[in-house]
Amino acid sequence: MTAESKKKNPTSKKRIGVFVCHCGKNIAEMVDVQKAAEVSKDLEGVVFTTHSHYLCSEPGQKELTEAIKSHNLSSIVCACCSPTLHEETFRTAAESAGMNKYEVEIANIREKCSWVHTERGKATEKAIRIIETKVEKALLNEPLTPASVDVNRRCLVIGAGITGIQSALDIADAGFEVTLVEKSPTIGGHMAQLSSTFPTLDCSQCILSPKMSQIGHHDRIELITNAEVTNISGFVGNFNVDIKKYPRYVDPDKCTLCDDCVDVCPVVIPSEFEGGLGPRKAIYLPFPQAVPSVYTLDPENCLGIHPLICSKCRDACGPQAIDYDMVTEVINKDYGAIIIASGFDLYDISKIQEYEFGTDVDVIDAIQFERLLSSSGPTGGDVLRPSDHKKPETVVFVQCVGSRDPEHHMAYCSKICCTYTGKHALLLKDQAPDTEVYIFYIDIRAAGRGYEEFIQRAQEKGVIYIRGKPSKIFREGEKTIVWAANTLTGERLEVEADMVVLAPAMVPSFDTKIISSITKCSLDEYGFFKEAHMKLRPVESLVSGLLVAGTALSPKDIPESVAQGSAAAVKALALLNQPKLFHEPLVSTVDEDKCCGCKVCVVTCPYGAITFDNVNNHSVINEILCEGCGTCVAACASEALILKNLTNKQMERMIHVALKEEAK
Amino acid sequence: MSKILNPEPKVIAFLCKWCSSNAADLAGVSRMKYPDNVITIETPCSGRIDPNYIFDSLIEGADGVIVAGCHPGDCHYVVGNYKTLKRMYLVMELAKQLGIEEERIRIEWISSAEAKKFVTVMSEFIEKLKHLPPNPLKPEGLIQEVKH
Repeated sequence: MTAESKKKNPTSKKRIGVFVCHCGKNIAEMVDVQKAAEVSKDLEGVVFTTHSHYLCSEPGQKELTEAIKSHNLSSIVCACCSPTLHEETFRTAAESAGMNKYEVEIANIREKCSWVHTERGKATEKAIRIIETKVEKALLNEPLTPASVDVNRRCLVIGAGITGIQSALDIADAGFEVTLVEKSPTIGGHMAQLSSTFPTLDCSQCILSPKMSQIGHHDRIELITNAEVTNISGFVGNFNVDIKKYPRYVDPDKCTLCDDCVDVCPVVIPSEFEGGLGPRKAIYLPFPQAVPSVYTLDPENCLGIHPLICSKCRDACGPQAIDYDMVTEVINKDYGAIIIASGFDLYDISKIQEYEFGTDVDVIDAIQFERLLSSSGPTGGDVLRPSDHKKPETVVFVQCVGSRDPEHHMAYCSKICCTYTGKHALLLKDQAPDTEVYIFYIDIRAAGRGYEEFIQRAQEKGVIYIRGKPSKIFREGEKTIVWAANTLTGERLEVEADMVVLAPAMVPSFDTKIISSITKCSLDEYGFFKEAHMKLRPVESLVSGLLVAGTALSPKDIPESVAQGSAAAVKALALLNQPKLFHEPLVSTVDEDKCCGCKVCVVTCPYGAITFDNVNNHSVINEILCEGCGTCVAACASEALILKNLTNKQMERMIHVALKEEAK
Repeated sequence: MSKILNPEPKVIAFLCKWCSSNAADLAGVSRMKYPDNVITIETPCSGRIDPNYIFDSLIEGADGVIVAGCHPGDCHYVVGNYKTLKRMYLVMELAKQLGIEEERIRIEWISSAEAKKFVTVMSEFIEKLKHLPPNPLKPEGLIQEVKH
């Protein structure tokens, strides 16, 4: 660009500053930042340019604010890293120097230029081109003021495993109202199923149930079980949520937990809580410490919830707590923040046909083994093999079932299996020291305080660790045969086991996909929720006001899940405590004179933010509901809709600059 | 493939800021490499891409245009990418009538985790464009032809 083109628009009152960052060597190695700053001087509207070693550092920001003040800049273009990292930093700095923060543009010359290209000359040219497009945009940017809205002071927590429980308690203890929604009839999640927890071997129920009962009794916690979130609309500070509450057919206020209904129920089915190893009735309490402590009638297995078919439980109920006429209700409430703690499921290991899970009853998964170890479990805490209820003499544990197998299953490490398998083996050895216990592993990954020592304890107890993954597990008469190779010695092995315990991969819970589609929180390649930043914003989603914690994000142990539950609570509290929230002003507006009244935009808007004024015959945009996607702008044939600071004019000029012939 | 007709094609990539732009950032963070012939323009949503911009880009001299958004069902703005897809059918139809090779316009769904896909798409697209003659709408292209 030359002085000639500078004259094209002499009426522009913009005073633009361009700040090119070296980012140490990250940018400067591949891009000639000095040249970039020099060339930018000739761009239209640019009155000041400089280059700085680390623009985001304190001295860098100081240089920026001082330049804004001394050169009376109206706009700045920071050529640096991705706007996801430092746009907010520079906006805040600019604001402190008295500039409108929407006059700040980021030219990403690191992630989109210096880091991905290999020729310095061309990378420099490209960086200059990127800066030029942003300067062009800055020329037409307008100072904007965010719209402010009130904040609803209530928080919604989805999922009542240990993570959700922790979040709900922390927020409620801080003085804010919480609604805790859980899909199953009780809270507690997977942790309630565990016998004891590594590495301290605390009884899992003993440390969990006090927290569960606190949830049940807390004045500021509204617990809704047997329920699902079906719709979320609105925005940070003002979410409107539909919660679908399925009937449990038992009135919690009247139920006295006398167990008479369970005694008379004629239907017996495998209990989900016991991993299918124990029975339950169609009317049941999932486990003794369940919260809310009230029976649930399972309509899928009940003979019909119809007094003509069977009304034994209703007839037996002294306090008349059973009501067959309960219906599904939809509860609609407003919330300021939402925490998603939808947890995990175990990988469907029946897909791994060579391990015969599901066909051989003595091949069980880790949760089932937890139930066998649990003193409240189906065998009263004695490890007995499912097929004949005899004490197993040889038990084989297999780790990484479905994990660390990129070709066929999940590529990632499920993180907790090494330590809990060690725990299983140790507890089994404690109970029956003569049992031969083998653990097949790929690597032992027991990172965490006391975890490695814990594995060593298991080894000292006589647990035999064999490095290798079984190739085949199959039934032969009374025994289950495990074929494997010891990859340290190279020998082939055959173990005649009485019982085989598989450690399945942890996968996103079934509901994760559904919640993701309702909330628009994006998922990673495995279907786990994705955090806004892996390191620096570990419990936030990209949707403002929506937080995610625990195993909904990735496999985790209990301490990490609890820590994330508390972390999400703090982030929610920081929101709920604001007197007012500000809505991004980068939204669409209507040029009423240009609007032809075709109403295309009204149906295009995914947020229902556009209505039609029939009297004056033009569209009207609710700026609080508008999220600024610009879909309506692209749909408007009359060019009557304008996306603030990304207008058609700005887009066209950016395209023009990006493609114009090399300026020499 | 045929011989190289256009060694340095120019490409404009319109990226939505939630998925595709983040994929490009992740490609950078992962130090993946792709040709430098592409200039990206970020928009909030691929739905913001007016079909006009694609033709504007071609008229201004781009040899190829990519529109990239979130995967269907994953749009940050609920349904913006479905609108984009519908418009792109129209764009393709129109391009055909204008005599523009359909290889010059491409729509891709690239999630924020798919840095590798971003790099592959960009590299493949640029490679393909090298084997096409310069964009016929390019003004200087026409002038050069006359001169010859």
